[in-house]
Amino acid sequence: MTEPTVPVPLDQAAARYDPVIGLETHVELGTRTKMFCGCRAEFGAEPNSAVCPVCLGLPGSLPVASRAAIEYTIKIGLALNCSIAAWCRFARKNYFYPDMPKDFQISQYDEPLCTDGSLDITCDGRRFRVGIERVHLEEDTGKSLHVGGATGRIHGAEYSLVDYNRAGIPLVEVVTKPVAGTGALAPAVARAYVTELRDLLRALGVSDVRMEEGSLRCDVNTSLAPAGSARWGTRTETKNVNSLRSVERAVRSEIERQAAILDAGGRVRLETRHFHEDTGSTTPGRSKEEAQDYRYFPEPDLVPVAPPAEWVARLRAALPELPAARRARLQAEWGLADTDMTALHNAAALDLVAETVAAGALPADARKWWLGELSRRANESGIELAALPVTPAQVARVSELVASGALNDKLARQVLDGILAGEGGPDQVVAARGLAVVSDDSALAAAVDAAIAASPDVAGKIRAGKKAAAGALVGAVMKATRGQADAARVRELILQRLA
Amino acid sequence: MDGELIRRTAADLAAAVAGGEVSAAEVTQAHLDRIAAADDRLHAFLHVAAEPALAAARAVDDRRAAGDALGPLAGVPLALKDVFTTADMPTTCGSRILAGWLPPYDATVTRRLRRAGVVILGKANMDEFAMGSSTENSAFGPSRNPWDLSRVPGGSSGGCAAAVTAFEAPLAVGTDTGGSIRQPAAVCGIVGTKPTYGGSSRYGVVAFASSLDTPGPLARTVLDTALLHEAMSGHDPCDSTSVAAPVPPVVAAARQADVAGMRIGVVTELAGEGYQAGVQARFGEAVELLGSLGAKVIEVSCPHFRYALPAYYLIAPSECSSNLARFDGMRYGLRVGDDGTRDAEEVMSVTRAAGFGAEVKRRIMLGTYALSSGYYDAYYGKAQQVRTLICRDFDAAFEQVDVLVSPTTPTTAFPIGERADNPMAMYLADLCTIPSDLAGNAALSVPCGLAPEDGLPVGLQIMAPALADDRLYRVGAAVEAALQQRWGQPLLTAANGLGDD
Amino acid sequence: MAPMSITREEVAHLARLSRLALSDAELDRFAGQLDVIIGAVARVQEVAAEGIPPMTHALPLVNVLRDDVVVPPLGAQAALAQAPAAEQRRFRVPRILADEA
Repeated sequence: MTEPTVPVPLDQAAARYDPVIGLETHVELGTRTKMFCGCRAEFGAEPNSAVCPVCLGLPGSLPVASRAAIEYTIKIGLALNCSIAAWCRFARKNYFYPDMPKDFQISQYDEPLCTDGSLDITCDGRRFRVGIERVHLEEDTGKSLHVGGATGRIHGAEYSLVDYNRAGIPLVEVVTKPVAGTGALAPAVARAYVTELRDLLRALGVSDVRMEEGSLRCDVNTSLAPAGSARWGTRTETKNVNSLRSVERAVRSEIERQAAILDAGGRVRLETRHFHEDTGSTTPGRSKEEAQDYRYFPEPDLVPVAPPAEWVARLRAALPELPAARRARLQAEWGLADTDMTALHNAAALDLVAETVAAGALPADARKWWLGELSRRANESGIELAALPVTPAQVARVSELVASGALNDKLARQVLDGILAGEGGPDQVVAARGLAVVSDDSALAAAVDAAIAASPDVAGKIRAGKKAAAGALVGAVMKATRGQADAARVRELILQRLA
Repeated sequence: MDGELIRRTAADLAAAVAGGEVSAAEVTQAHLDRIAAADDRLHAFLHVAAEPALAAARAVDDRRAAGDALGPLAGVPLALKDVFTTADMPTTCGSRILAGWLPPYDATVTRRLRRAGVVILGKANMDEFAMGSSTENSAFGPSRNPWDLSRVPGGSSGGCAAAVTAFEAPLAVGTDTGGSIRQPAAVCGIVGTKPTYGGSSRYGVVAFASSLDTPGPLARTVLDTALLHEAMSGHDPCDSTSVAAPVPPVVAAARQADVAGMRIGVVTELAGEGYQAGVQARFGEAVELLGSLGAKVIEVSCPHFRYALPAYYLIAPSECSSNLARFDGMRYGLRVGDDGTRDAEEVMSVTRAAGFGAEVKRRIMLGTYALSSGYYDAYYGKAQQVRTLICRDFDAAFEQVDVLVSPTTPTTAFPIGERADNPMAMYLADLCTIPSDLAGNAALSVPCGLAPEDGLPVGLQIMAPALADDRLYRVGAAVEAALQQRWGQPLLTAANGLGDD
Repeated sequence: MAPMSITREEVAHLARLSRLALSDAELDRFAGQLDVIIGAVARVQEVAAEGIPPMTHALPLVNVLRDDVVVPPLGAQAALAQAPAAEQRRFRVPRILADEA
């Protein structure tokens, strides 16, 4: 049957159906070497320059497992509240593909290293506990360049060129349990989960988790059940989801597409779909009904992994402060309400603010600058907050200059202009542009007198006791001094003159 | 051609080289001459590396001249089964799919042999990817038994056995997965050992069945076999399954050669129907001989050995179906059909169909079947459980005895072509050898006579617990010495296939 | 459990799974041979193995691990030396069937 072309908008879909989502995330570990050999594990090297008989799968080669990779995986499992297997094995996942040197992948099947954990996330002020089914360890594949097709994509290519540098890099797969009860928040929950997981992995120091470089990859599973029904619907798996935004869009797109099919009385096909960045929608790939039989069996070239209890205990004790705990601590330290923390988190400003505070600024000031002026600049330029060419230390310095009275807000914004334009650090910009606040009475006297003289009627009101009218004169002096006058001092001088 | 040099043992040649009686280069040349004279009839070698071998021999001579200490096998020539990677010689595994493949690295065993000063003469013929018991599955033609050129030399290390038997090399290194060292040794009348699994490194051994493949030595005497066993063995960090324990004292045991007081078990299940009368007769005499040398002989039942063959022919093909998947024409080896009309999958399929022989194809499909979803539990899973039961049979047996014995293989060398179209009949050659491969323990075959009905060699198999490889040599050497006394001459002097005695 | 005979279709399926482009004649021959072999190996099912663990290794090895130390690579030249086809320092392979429509 042909697919209905009009997707049902998310809110309507969520009113009639209960979305259930699941996420499989692959993380490239940041170990120095590959999973089963001593080749360097790095991104961007010359093609096939980091390969050896083992990761090329040459006849006669044998794998030897990396202690570091297992350690990182255990850390991930512990941070996700998983149980760590007392004894487990690697398994071969058999399938043919040119980017697979052995035409099987060493992975784990029914004996994953970590199982049964959870990750709490907050979304739209609500808390969700995402269950973690398993965390296991496997090796990455090579990378293909497709030549001859229109867009460099696989479809229509004449042939392909394979680079095996990536083959054998340790890969951790984190699989969630199905997540139900999210309703219309499903897309946002999916995104929030991946974001939190990414931050957790970064805090653990186990991966540089760059989605744009492929060190963090997501597949999202989506299904719909009729509202209130106990039975879950048929799920689809969406691949090629390469950014946090895509995670959200992919889930949304699938919910809307599946709702349209179900509304029309159709059946959702169990299949793998491919997400397209340009259209924000998915297209069908390999049908899952003809699912691959990977013929898993325990890897005979490797011996079982039995992490000693003392080792696991040491790793657990050495876990760093995880993002959720850190956020709670900072919230308490800064005395912020939940909504304020959420605002920081949503703006991806938390770390920046924390570093700015660490550099000496008051939390309130740090928040003000990052959520206010700098967020505005970032949006204008269409870039991420963290990509702005200004450092937390510099923001702290600006804040310090304002607090000491050397700058006022208006001048501070000009200083930031200068920093963002690449003119140097705060002090350099102040000096170069001559932006210091002028508080010297003699310097201000002339401007004050001029303003009074220029507005006799306002001056008269002030003499008559209407102190509030001083504001207009202050404004005039500020204008005349290009904002560099110390406004408070100017006001004092005006009132003195016209007392 | 120095007929005398090629008939000497490895121990003897090493001593002669070390003592300056003869140069390593002379020894190597003598063997190269023998190969040139005999191998077009025997076809034991797929590749002879004359110049590199002579260079290696001269290097040994140089070291000797410089006063450096030489290892116990320095200057001794060797045939290396073509399943071991060699960076300076092609490695084909007897297959068209790897014809001409030059590996960029040496196997660990290759490296250790070279470091020991052993001279690798070339690569020996084998059943394709070590699958077979006759060397008839080689894509490059079978090797022939020096006792009777119309008969098989056994397999899959048939080229190794033929080379040693015909005095082309005093030593050979092969691999044993289901009996592939012991059975050829038995039907050729020489000595061959399957060490404890993991005793020798598998790094650089093109994999057939990963949990079963065991590199091991072949030679004409028990002592020579022990010397080679020691030289090639030991832990290798490149092989996760390699044993970290020290190499058992096999050479000392070979010199000890005394079975007085040892308890020997005859396996009940490894006899009876399908066993050639002459084989059983010679085996029985060997057992009596052991008794007369002071060993205590009893019968031991290993009830699950009956299931060893079917378990093996599920486990080995399963592992091989996965191990051979990498031969897809993408990175090395044969590529067929890439003319622009086919996609990668099709080129893979056409390449593999053209590059693999029938037995390999059969085992790949059998293994794919046994691992398939829905069949795994009943086939591969069950076979691995049976394997545990076979281990337990061995454990129970070794509570009562120090070694177990049986004939190495039910028949003497069969004619070339006799079993080629009958896979099941071919598989039966491994009946006695398979249990040790499944359990991973150590086993050795030593000649125990000629079958009266055909005058062909019979092998006595000795089996020991894992890591007790030395017991094999103690018993083997005792049998060898006693039989030598009885016959008055080495067995091989009766080998007349090449018509040169 | 009586062993199933394997049909020619099943053998053809196995050949596809194993990436073996067999001729009709080969399929016929192999179907007959595999039927016999599978019948023989199915004997393992006669063994009562309730609760028996599958074997993993002859010796109880666990935790054979390596340190995170870089080892010199083969180098692209050596890696590509035996490639059936190479271009731009990569292995050239025939077009890959699209995963997506």
